[in-house]
Amino acid sequence: MTTALYRLLFALLLCFQWSSSYAGDAADFSAANSSKQAKLLQAWAAAPDAARLPLLESLQNGRVEADSNKTPFYKTDTGYQAAEGGDLEPVGKLRKLRLNNRLRGLIAITMASHQLFSTDPAVRLLAAQELQKSAKPAQLQLLNERLAQEDDADVSEALSLALASLQLIDSDPQVRLAAVRLLGETGQPLARVRLERLLADSNETDAAVRTAAETSLAQVKRRLMIGELLGQAFSGMSLGSILLLAALGLAITFGLLGVINMAHGEMLMLGAYSTYMVQVMFQRFAPEAIALYPLVALPVAFFVTAAIGMALERTVIRHLYGRPLETLLATWGISLILIQLVRVLFGAQNVEVANPYWLSGGIQVLPNLVLPYNRIVIIAFALFVVVLTWLLLNKTRLGLNVRAVTQNRNMAACCGVPTGRVDMLAFGLGSGIAGLGGVALSQIGNVGPDLGQSYIIDSFLVVVLGGVGQLAGSVTAAFGLGIANKILEPQIGAVLGKILILALIILFIQKRPQGLFALKGRVID
Amino acid sequence: MRATPIPEAMLEPIHDPLGSARDAIGAGRLAEKGLNVRHGTILTLEDINVSFDGFKALTNLNLYIGVGELRCIIGPNGAGKTTMMDVITGKTRPDNGSAYFGETLDLTRMSEVEIAQSGIGRKFQKPTVFEALSVFENLELAQKTNKSVWASLRAKLSGEQRERIDEVLETIRLEGSRERQAGLLSHGQKQFLEIGMLLVQDPQLLLLDEPVAGMTDAETEFTAELFKSLARKHSLMVVEHDMGFVGSIADHVTVLHQGSVLAEGSLNDVQADERVIEVYLGR
Amino acid sequence: MTMPLNQTLLARTSAKLGPRLSIAVGAVVLALLIALPLLHLTPADSAFHVNAYTLTLVGKILCYAIVALALDLVWGYAGLLSLGHGLFFALGGYAMGMYLMRQSAGDGLPAFMSFLAWKELPWYWVGTDHFIWALCLVVLAPGLLALVFGFFAFRSRIKGVYFSIMTQALTFAGMLLFFRNETGFGGNNGFTDFKRILGFDITAPATRAALFLATVILLVASLLLGWKLARSKFGRVLTALRDAENRLMFCGYDPRGYKLFIWVLSAVLCGLAGALYVPQVGIINPSEMSPTNSIEAAVWVALGGRGTLIGPLLGAGVVNGMKSWFTVAFPEYWLFALGALFILITLYLPHGIIGLLKRGEKQ
Repeated sequence: MTTALYRLLFALLLCFQWSSSYAGDAADFSAANSSKQAKLLQAWAAAPDAARLPLLESLQNGRVEADSNKTPFYKTDTGYQAAEGGDLEPVGKLRKLRLNNRLRGLIAITMASHQLFSTDPAVRLLAAQELQKSAKPAQLQLLNERLAQEDDADVSEALSLALASLQLIDSDPQVRLAAVRLLGETGQPLARVRLERLLADSNETDAAVRTAAETSLAQVKRRLMIGELLGQAFSGMSLGSILLLAALGLAITFGLLGVINMAHGEMLMLGAYSTYMVQVMFQRFAPEAIALYPLVALPVAFFVTAAIGMALERTVIRHLYGRPLETLLATWGISLILIQLVRVLFGAQNVEVANPYWLSGGIQVLPNLVLPYNRIVIIAFALFVVVLTWLLLNKTRLGLNVRAVTQNRNMAACCGVPTGRVDMLAFGLGSGIAGLGGVALSQIGNVGPDLGQSYIIDSFLVVVLGGVGQLAGSVTAAFGLGIANKILEPQIGAVLGKILILALIILFIQKRPQGLFALKGRVID
Repeated sequence: MRATPIPEAMLEPIHDPLGSARDAIGAGRLAEKGLNVRHGTILTLEDINVSFDGFKALTNLNLYIGVGELRCIIGPNGAGKTTMMDVITGKTRPDNGSAYFGETLDLTRMSEVEIAQSGIGRKFQKPTVFEALSVFENLELAQKTNKSVWASLRAKLSGEQRERIDEVLETIRLEGSRERQAGLLSHGQKQFLEIGMLLVQDPQLLLLDEPVAGMTDAETEFTAELFKSLARKHSLMVVEHDMGFVGSIADHVTVLHQGSVLAEGSLNDVQADERVIEVYLGR
Repeated sequence: MTMPLNQTLLARTSAKLGPRLSIAVGAVVLALLIALPLLHLTPADSAFHVNAYTLTLVGKILCYAIVALALDLVWGYAGLLSLGHGLFFALGGYAMGMYLMRQSAGDGLPAFMSFLAWKELPWYWVGTDHFIWALCLVVLAPGLLALVFGFFAFRSRIKGVYFSIMTQALTFAGMLLFFRNETGFGGNNGFTDFKRILGFDITAPATRAALFLATVILLVASLLLGWKLARSKFGRVLTALRDAENRLMFCGYDPRGYKLFIWVLSAVLCGLAGALYVPQVGIINPSEMSPTNSIEAAVWVALGGRGTLIGPLLGAGVVNGMKSWFTVAFPEYWLFALGALFILITLYLPHGIIGLLKRGEKQ
């Protein structure tokens, strides 16, 4: 096919655009063999027509079928409708048009070409982005045309990029140079691929274009790196917010009682399973309100885990005060029992907890950076819980009592603080916060019986780093650890990253044994 | 007294705020033989400042203890007495100022262990003995000897050492409880055991934090005699609230108030001092 | 000040009865342990024959008992609860496993390396075909790791639960590392399918019996060593360190050296136990390093009685015996039983079985 023919077709198209109905396209398509179909699609892609949209959409959805006369019909929800209009009845047996992968790709391209004419800028943008990836040289003219007429800045930019990708193989070095420069202006991962391909294997012979391409590539890479770094920082924040939710409760109970609750991770797990249960209840009894289930799960998880925490404090941990190592072992025993219990009740497999619609999807910030809603919400939620905890500890009677017992248990008891009750409530609070963490975790990860195991060590490290009883320390340490983890991960791998962080923490403790934000004081003996 | 913000169970890794652990792990050494005390002062504290989160525990503290002196330190609660002992024994690092043991040993640069090995012994406010060990074993561990790991692995008590321990046991009147577990001793007996541990350690400077708390009058009197007999051969610094006890032993008294020295002199002089009366009686 | 005479007297009388009984029991147990491998050599149809399964099971438990003893040295005496002893055990096991893999592979590469299409041995495999060097590694790998970790941990005075969690994190990190194929230790399959040791068939009854006897010898030697240490001044310093570290420092002892010595010694004992475990059980993989395994060792010690040396051996035997029975009879309920054991011991048996026996004796 020559460009001349396309030009001709295009001229025709301009004459008849939007007015003429190309009746017969569907029939042509259904009658053609696959190589002919491909040619048809290529032609249509270069010369879009709005009337063809129903056909293309139906093709994309696999709803085009042909009867024994090869007359095309669209399959609708209720029955069949003749593609060419009219009240035709299918003759003989209807058969679905079979499409191979090449055809499917071409349909997508053609569809995108057609959508460039849409009145909705969002649709045009998506179409332009699709064409950036897949445009064929034949569409060059079309893209040029649309670019000239485009008034939306975003779409215009996307179009010029799609165009630049095509122009890279233009015979004119000047055009190539301009295209290369244009690609350098973007932060698209695709631009890097295009430029790298251009530079590889001496595809490009013109020295000026080569140099420009190299500069552009460096530019693109820099931009992409920013996106990547921001992405890592964001996943770090996200991990940090989870660690924070896990560590906050631990810091409270550890600060108060000086014991590590090894079953704390299982409180996360139980919180996640509570979410699952709430989801199941909603599915069964109120499927129309399913979107609200995480909100209902929050109080449920909090009270379930808080109640379990308080029960454990009263029955086991209370008897072990002053023996922190024994408490460690006993709570480990509790965690074993809880894990096995969940395995027996729910099975060893992960259970499925789905995001409601308002937690799925994300915001596209940079071409290579999407911030998922669920993670954003969880970060905000973690900070909200921190504020709430701070208020609880600093502005309420319970908080006053907790702080008093944390600082000097005997003195507090002398002043009439019911230390036993405070211990129990603080334990409940710590466990409850872990339960909230479990709800958050269920929205971004798998929910299984071993869920909590992997968090106990990390959250303890947060407590060590942050210093005991220091909310600010916990927040800083959680986000610091989270971000450090995520930044190290791609550089040296997740495992080595973890080991390195452990080593760093041990070294850090050499310098500051009391953690980041510890209070200094006279040592008592 | 200022309550520490950290619960007791949490103290474990927090002992050492400024990292006195700067030296290598290694063999304990014998106390240095010739402590340089040319000018007759065994302990020199100059311009010591210690603050905890803005709270000034010690401010420009100056204190000199002579060789063979028995010095009593008194002062109201929170005057900085225990913090001063922490500084001397290396438990707390001063923000600035200098602390010298003899003429040459800079206490601010030595670890607690080095300080102990160089000849400063300390008795804590709350008697701390090794509760799981017998009285004899407590003294055996405290005894002045090579305290490195290897030496301990091969250690065997010589007849001479055994005699010295027996001697001290007699002095502190615990010869009958020789094999008894130290944890089972009464409060007063623990106090004596700890004093005994200091004696066998044979330090040149003894720091004693409220040594007669919880003792009967007879025991207090006996302790006073014991301390007096120790002075001259050793230097002693005694922190005490019991004025009767202070009066019976001290030739020289220092009054601490709000982290610095308020008055110094004989007990009578000090008690006559207007400012001291004001501090104690709050006039 | 009245003399607590009757107290001392009481302690003396009970001390007289104790040793005689325990020496008798110990002698019987030792005799049985020596008889067991010999009985394994009897013909299979003999009434006294001990089958390979039983011998391996008891051998395995004896290796665990050495770990329990090693843990007791650091926890019972120095007060350092390690939740990472499984790491040292596994390192010793891996060092021995490297030798066994080389024996199986002959001149070629171990099978898992060929599978990864590796062309040559990683540097740390050099010399592992020599038994002597493998033995050196069995001691060096856990010993050096413990030395470095302990140096930094004790230097910053990490104690109590901090120390416990750090050791747990350490073994967790080790497990993650060994799970990777790139680490060069067979990934999550670890080492298995051993054939020969020192030229002998590893499944032959005589080899099994010899390995079993070696384990018994190591166990007895560690027990004697522990006993010697506990009764030396060193042991008393450790006890003092556990109860009043500050006082000890003001007595002029540097606690770090003492902790480091017992910590490294304990790690090396674990390594040796691991090295004997691998050829008997026939497999080593990273799950040996899982925190669960290490913390289980703590319950052996707690059940038997901390700071008693004999108690932990007893504890290791009882818990592992229970485990073998449970996992066959009610596999679902083993974790419930183990969890309950953790809780019940800490609540009601703070001094373990030995403490219970002693109390019974006194009454």
